[in-house]
Amino acid sequence: MPEKLFKVNAEEYILPGNRACSGCGLSIAYRYVLKALRENTILTLPASCLTVLHGLYPITSVGIPCLNCTFASTAASASGLVAGLAAMNRSDITVVAIAGDGGTFDIGIQALSGAAERGTDFIFVCYDNEGYMNTGTQRSSATPMGALTTTTPILTKQQHKKDMMKIMEGHDIPYLATCSPSFPIDLYDKFVKAKRIKGTRYVQIATPCPPGWVFPPKDTVKIGRLAVETGIVVLYEIENGKFRFTGRSKTISEKGTRAPVIHYVERQGRFKKMSMEQLGQLQRWVDGKWNEYLRRAEA
Amino acid sequence: MSNVQIMTGNSAAAWGAKLCKVQVVSAYPITPSTSVTETIANWVERGELKAEYVRVESEHSVMTVCISASTVGARVFTSTSSHGLLYMHEQLHWAAGSRLPIVLACVNRGVGAPWSIFNDQQDSIAQRDTGWIQIYCRDNQEIIDTVIQAYRIAEQVYCPVMVCYDGFVLSHTMMPVEIPDAEAVCRFLPPYKPHTILSPEDPRNINPVIFPWQRRDAEGVLRDGYMDMRWKLQHALEGSRDVVVKTCRDYAELFGRDHGGMLWTYKTDDAEVLLAGMGSIATEATMAADLLREGGIRAGVVGIRVYRPFPREEVREAFRNIPAIVVFEKNISYGYEGALCADIKAALYGAGIQTPVHNYIAGLGGRDVKASELAEATRSSLAAIAAGKKEQQTWLNCVTE
Repeated sequence: MPEKLFKVNAEEYILPGNRACSGCGLSIAYRYVLKALRENTILTLPASCLTVLHGLYPITSVGIPCLNCTFASTAASASGLVAGLAAMNRSDITVVAIAGDGGTFDIGIQALSGAAERGTDFIFVCYDNEGYMNTGTQRSSATPMGALTTTTPILTKQQHKKDMMKIMEGHDIPYLATCSPSFPIDLYDKFVKAKRIKGTRYVQIATPCPPGWVFPPKDTVKIGRLAVETGIVVLYEIENGKFRFTGRSKTISEKGTRAPVIHYVERQGRFKKMSMEQLGQLQRWVDGKWNEYLRRAEA
Repeated sequence: MSNVQIMTGNSAAAWGAKLCKVQVVSAYPITPSTSVTETIANWVERGELKAEYVRVESEHSVMTVCISASTVGARVFTSTSSHGLLYMHEQLHWAAGSRLPIVLACVNRGVGAPWSIFNDQQDSIAQRDTGWIQIYCRDNQEIIDTVIQAYRIAEQVYCPVMVCYDGFVLSHTMMPVEIPDAEAVCRFLPPYKPHTILSPEDPRNINPVIFPWQRRDAEGVLRDGYMDMRWKLQHALEGSRDVVVKTCRDYAELFGRDHGGMLWTYKTDDAEVLLAGMGSIATEATMAADLLREGGIRAGVVGIRVYRPFPREEVREAFRNIPAIVVFEKNISYGYEGALCADIKAALYGAGIQTPVHNYIAGLGGRDVKASELAEATRSSLAAIAAGKKEQQTWLNCVTE
């Protein structure tokens, strides 16, 4: 492990003292994302937790040029950057759009689908904290079944999480990956690889959110690990249609050591109203997805 | 060398963009604007125009692409109508707030529900308060010339410009248009220099969250708060009047055509009644004025060319010492009156002008308006004014019972 850490770019692109919540999963992930992407990058982002992390005018915590855009427009904003840079003969710059799950799964999906269908040469990053956390934990289509949010405050969310990876894969893009801030080297490697590939690349990061998921900020990495251990989050990449488990998920798939989802669920206040029936449904949903991945990995 | 071609208003708009060597074009199809960007797509694919053409999935994305491409220094163009423009609404604000010199050809069309593909100006009037300069054209020659002027204005004051013209009436009507010489256009229009360039050489966080109050940056320099930035946009729009007028004057010198700066007038010198309007209905009003004059009424026309910034001083000047004003317009500010009429009256208030102003809402959703009907409406307003009626709103050719 130490020698793997040494290969990580030592440069820092987000400054300490930024406005992220304590224990923010996004801030851990974002640090490694930018290390992997390096200087020759332009970011665009909609209103989100990341906007807050970036700080308030005229001071910013981010050392990479970035363009804020409206909520629904992230991928179109990236398309405009790509077109504008091409027109200015600056095609050497990597354009990266980064949005939360609301800005990706919900309001941003139209522009994202359009950009991916056009094969726009950019990386779309979704940091998935499973709800509208910037506005105070409302339900999104990325919220898992059984979670309390301020818009599912009593009965919990009744539906499963949208399978955004599958939707994006339907666009036949050259590279898709999932990652977690609890496994930063896996995350780093995927962004290094994504940067080298041409066309639309989609990377989804499962970022634990202490205030939204209701767990102590010190447990962020642990919750992220448990998500992977239980198969709630599966680390993989799909390169030119070829599925491959990576990192910890690869080990779990080889050893068959996937833990039950209760280990993950029981540590978060957002699941405290989850019924046994919902727990069973969630387990079956995770099992189903996992078996699908196993079949794909063997193919 | 003169190069006159017979073309539609949409071709004229496309030609204007081509002559300005636009670098990024993005569009989504909507009637009646579609052929503007179809024409450009054709040029791009033939290699006749070196531009990036981004075929996005919605108008919201169209304006987003324009915003981002302009932010990295490209000259951008688009065109839309009606619901397309409404769908852009959020991004129109964002473009103006970002102070980007985007030029949009708005081919005016009515707004649903129910669906109408036909002309009125409700679409662009509904974008009045987005911070865009709005110029209304009255013929196809003015469209090509105004697109070229629009880039010079926009890139000088760092405000986006909407070049508006009436759907079908101009967009699909063929007229002789002189295509300006490409090299002369290059001399008229210097290259676009962005106020801020987004690039890795100088990392910046553009359009982050801002406080209501001013705040010091890392070097201790006090920077604008939100409201200070809004004032700068207002100040830029107010100040753009001089730029519009000078641009038109310079254009006239170079190309020999003057479409009027903020507004244009027709037979106003001896007029006892003035008809006012924007776009093709104002052209029609000139024919109505001629008809009225044949009948012994000394009528003239004031065509509002630039609606935002509003030509406050020019309006006061044009309507001073006129006994009667009749405003014809293809929009309605629901619950009040036509937007142009309200603005004209507001401008007159400051100058203490008490002239009666009658308002005609006309041609909504493409309902036909004939010059003879404008003349007849004016006659009836003159009679009402003579009888002491200072204000009146009439829906022309409309069942109002």
